[in-house]
Amino acid sequence: MTPPRCPPPPRGGAGDIGYYPGCSLAGGAVELDLSIRALARVAGAELREIDDWNCCGATAAHSLNHDLAVALPFRALALAEAQGLGTVLAPCAACFSRLKGTLVRLGRDPGLAERAARLAGLPFQGKVRVVSINGFINGLLADGLAGTLTRPLPGLKAVPYYGCLLSRGEGINEGEDPESPSAMEGAIKAAGCSVLPWNFATECCGGGFSMSKTEAVMDLGGAVLSDAKAAGADLVVVGCPMCHSNLDMRRRGAMPVLYLSELLGLAAGLSPAALGLDRHFTDARTVCAGGRP
Amino acid sequence: MSQGPDADLADAVRDAAGVRVERCYQCGKCTAGCPMARHMDLAPNQIMRLAQTGDPGDREALLRSLAIWCCAGCLTCTQRCPRELDPAAVIDALRELSRREGKVSPRGRRILAFHEAFLASVEHTGRMSEVPLVGLYKLWSGDIFQDLAVAPAMLARGKLPLIPHVIKGRTEIRRIFEACRAKEKA
Ligand code: SF4
Ligand code: SF4
Repeated sequence: MTPPRCPPPPRGGAGDIGYYPGCSLAGGAVELDLSIRALARVAGAELREIDDWNCCGATAAHSLNHDLAVALPFRALALAEAQGLGTVLAPCAACFSRLKGTLVRLGRDPGLAERAARLAGLPFQGKVRVVSINGFINGLLADGLAGTLTRPLPGLKAVPYYGCLLSRGEGINEGEDPESPSAMEGAIKAAGCSVLPWNFATECCGGGFSMSKTEAVMDLGGAVLSDAKAAGADLVVVGCPMCHSNLDMRRRGAMPVLYLSELLGLAAGLSPAALGLDRHFTDARTVCAGGRP
Repeated sequence: MSQGPDADLADAVRDAAGVRVERCYQCGKCTAGCPMARHMDLAPNQIMRLAQTGDPGDREALLRSLAIWCCAGCLTCTQRCPRELDPAAVIDALRELSRREGKVSPRGRRILAFHEAFLASVEHTGRMSEVPLVGLYKLWSGDIFQDLAVAPAMLARGKLPLIPHVIKGRTEIRRIFEACRAKEKA
């Protein structure tokens, strides 16, 4: 086997968090990228993007080739480790699910780890921790962000929408009940909103079928939003670019759909534009009472 | 791993997905929670049943079904199965077999075209970019007019970068794809 050729790793400071934006954050989910970076700045957390990261393969890889579904996340994880990043934030729920799921399977199955290393042509010790948008924000809140939320949004009623990728799958929501997760609740309350009980917190929105089976996405997204409406919600809070696009774009006009990072950014006093709220299909700026510049 | 057309399907699924389909006792819980069941020609529990029988006709029905392409991979079935089986992984394995044997349901071809376009974009640049993905999808699915109206709105919101990002390690990525394809054929 030829030794892996990768660029010399830039070493990170001790407090650096590796950042794996994932492909949609450069396109359809640009507001997730903007709001995560802005929130990290406010909290004084240093995000360092993994140099030369690749796509995790998303739904397509595990639909068509199970080796690829492991080898692609493997390369991204191996790069992070080689670059001295002990923690990797993957704000996109789909990327998080692929990276974390792969990490768990590699840890459980040495044969798989060996095969993945061969396929990817890279070594990997498994010394990386993968963090979701919920884990990241809860961590920031515990480390002092909670005390700096000077512009809370009282009176707003929110429903937390975990969908599939933040609730189900091995190692995905450590210790939580997959049928009734609660990782978003504390953060939503810290932003000053109330959290309403509803029935669709972990239902599927149709995921990656937005283009190839649009009618199913319209169906499922519509059902999610009707239940949110019936529960009396003013907004839906998400952590997944596919959920966001399926609710905000495919069902435009129904209800504001905010990423958890956007909501916390507003509560931290950041402007809607700095967080990307002006880029939604369904106007989300209406959640700031009285409007904000 | 022998996964030729004559190999027993339950064995092939066990090898590829690590699931013993014979353990399924047909309670139907997977189907009850499946968000895509109403779009499927075979419900998830029927998929499990047909994978148990060893009957060549059942094997054929599975590999030619629309259902295996309709699965959204939401893992509700896997989460809830009282036998701790993983129907979602079974379906992943069936999809690979169906494609390898050229048995993809005509009604599943748009979904396959989307996955293939996605992976082609990743293979050539290291990342998924919306413009090549959508372009290839339209070409391969014949679904030319899909979402034409959305593109300008995406552009205006900075959600449609026109120049795809190309990573430095794209030769590595291509090598990974080739290695994974070789495995696929083995
Ligand atoms: S839930 Fe499990 S045991 Fe019940 S029918 Fe589905 S696969 Fe079989
Ligand atoms: S993973 Fe597929 S089969 Fe299982 S519940 Fe979800 S859509 Fe249905």
